[in-house]
Amino acid sequence: MEYEPVIGLEVHAQLNTSTKIFCSCSTEFGAPPNTHICPVCTGQPGVLPVLNKKVVEYAIKMGLATHCTIARVSRFARKNYFYPDLPKGYQISQYELPLAEHGFVEILVDGDTKRIGLTRIHMEEDAGKLVHPGSFTDTPYSLVDYNRSGVPLIEIVSEPDMRSPREAGAYLRTLRAILRYLEISDGNMEEGSFRCDANISVRPRGSEKFGTRTELKNMNSFRNVEKALEYEIERQIAVLESGETVVQETRLWDAAAGVTRTMRGKEEADDYRYFPDPDLLPLVVEESWVEDVRKSLPELPSEKRDRLVSQYGIPLYDAEVITAEKAVADYFEACVAVCDAPKQASNWVMVEVLRELKESKREITDFPVTARHLGEMILMIEKGTISGKIAKTVFAEMVATGDPPEKIVREKNLIQVTDQEAIEAVIDEVLSENPEQVDRYRGGKTKLLGFFVGQVMKKTKGKANPQMVNKILKEKLDK
Amino acid sequence: MAIGRKEVEHIATLARLSLGEEEKARLEKDLNAILGYVEKLSALDTKGVEPTSHTLEITNAFREDVLKPFEKGEKILGNAPAKRETFFQVPPIAEDVSST
Repeated sequence: MEYEPVIGLEVHAQLNTSTKIFCSCSTEFGAPPNTHICPVCTGQPGVLPVLNKKVVEYAIKMGLATHCTIARVSRFARKNYFYPDLPKGYQISQYELPLAEHGFVEILVDGDTKRIGLTRIHMEEDAGKLVHPGSFTDTPYSLVDYNRSGVPLIEIVSEPDMRSPREAGAYLRTLRAILRYLEISDGNMEEGSFRCDANISVRPRGSEKFGTRTELKNMNSFRNVEKALEYEIERQIAVLESGETVVQETRLWDAAAGVTRTMRGKEEADDYRYFPDPDLLPLVVEESWVEDVRKSLPELPSEKRDRLVSQYGIPLYDAEVITAEKAVADYFEACVAVCDAPKQASNWVMVEVLRELKESKREITDFPVTARHLGEMILMIEKGTISGKIAKTVFAEMVATGDPPEKIVREKNLIQVTDQEAIEAVIDEVLSENPEQVDRYRGGKTKLLGFFVGQVMKKTKGKANPQMVNKILKEKLDK
Repeated sequence: MAIGRKEVEHIATLARLSLGEEEKARLEKDLNAILGYVEKLSALDTKGVEPTSHTLEITNAFREDVLKPFEKGEKILGNAPAKRETFFQVPPIAEDVSST
């Protein structure tokens, strides 16, 4: 039987405010343990949480950017559970009446756009961080750092609209790009400022009814989310094929072993006994506030992508890659402003620049090759001053030194040879040195043209204009 | 639901309270009186009445996103039953996945 996966994702994104959601402690990441704590975020008796206005503003931003309806009245609730990372014994979250509902984002997979529904976006506080010395299952005690306790989060819950791990990956990348464009979250999965849990079930293709789902946790990269989903789909299909039934449970992804495992310890049905938090007043968001936030929205990734396609005529795929990061898109546009060759610029940015950034683990804002220098280099190719092949050498030198391309080309003597006579002289030399190949070429083996081009390039150290070399060679050989 | 001696002792354990026999007897009586009072409310017909989540007719108490570090954080740590360096120490927790 052919099966189809049904996937829904829950994303927690840390908001990059200066202070926590309900107290004035710092949200700084990586500070020494328990140096950003106060009576409120450690749950001391008699304290009162007071809502950070910026958290609401940021959550509204995300809601609007994902086409949600912003609730005029929303409410905070207590989610009760006992765990040492939660000093109060409850997490302040939203339950009934979340801030934003009924939105969607559009993802692009294999050139097709698909709409993924958002059930809700709500605000909540993060819990503290647990540290286990020794081995994980045999730790003598656990340690708690409450610096993260009370750091603002938004939880973004999708509809079960995804039908493959790749769609799930595309959805996560889309959400992350939106958060970063809005400058409300770093979206860093490795550092935990962007976390994802997945709900996954499988059903016979064509069936309307959902299968029994499992919840997957502990995936710390986009790639791992996709891998965990791929594994879990296969596992659930194998369970069904063997005539058994899928157990509804939470499973942990073990990245090292590449498997999901039943999570022990929390098997009892969750009963969080949600109730409205009496410490916090109802939140009323007037239409005027929503409109102010709407006016402050920047151009979003999909809008920028579509604009790059229509304004510069580059392929949709290129535009999607370039607009994944706003800074990369800005770099591209600055580069095009110099060279006025959008397709060439998008090739260089997508291939060479992104590869260099990935290899050196750098942000484009720290990249030694400025958009202006790349644009100038492309202009040199366009004008025929250097060949495309030589440009690779120039680019590598620009990465290493940060020098402008003119300087490198001048000092390294890399200017393309476009002098007809000079090229002809080299070609004559090559032809007289290889009489056998010339005979074979003239005898019909025209594939040998590449051999002659290579010889000419070798003699000119790659500096001869390739189009001219081709043209003159053909003229001389076909004579 | 009536509260018996066993429930009082359980609640006391959860609240980290050590109670004498006399206190237990008094609390058992008090808790039953409180629950009995609340039970009366269920006689009311509340169909169509919006649940009250807050008793005051006010909304929106905000603070600005301005840093005001708390100066006596180490005193909070000092009150912990167990600590290690600047961590709070708790009994071993085998699962590192919270529900948030």
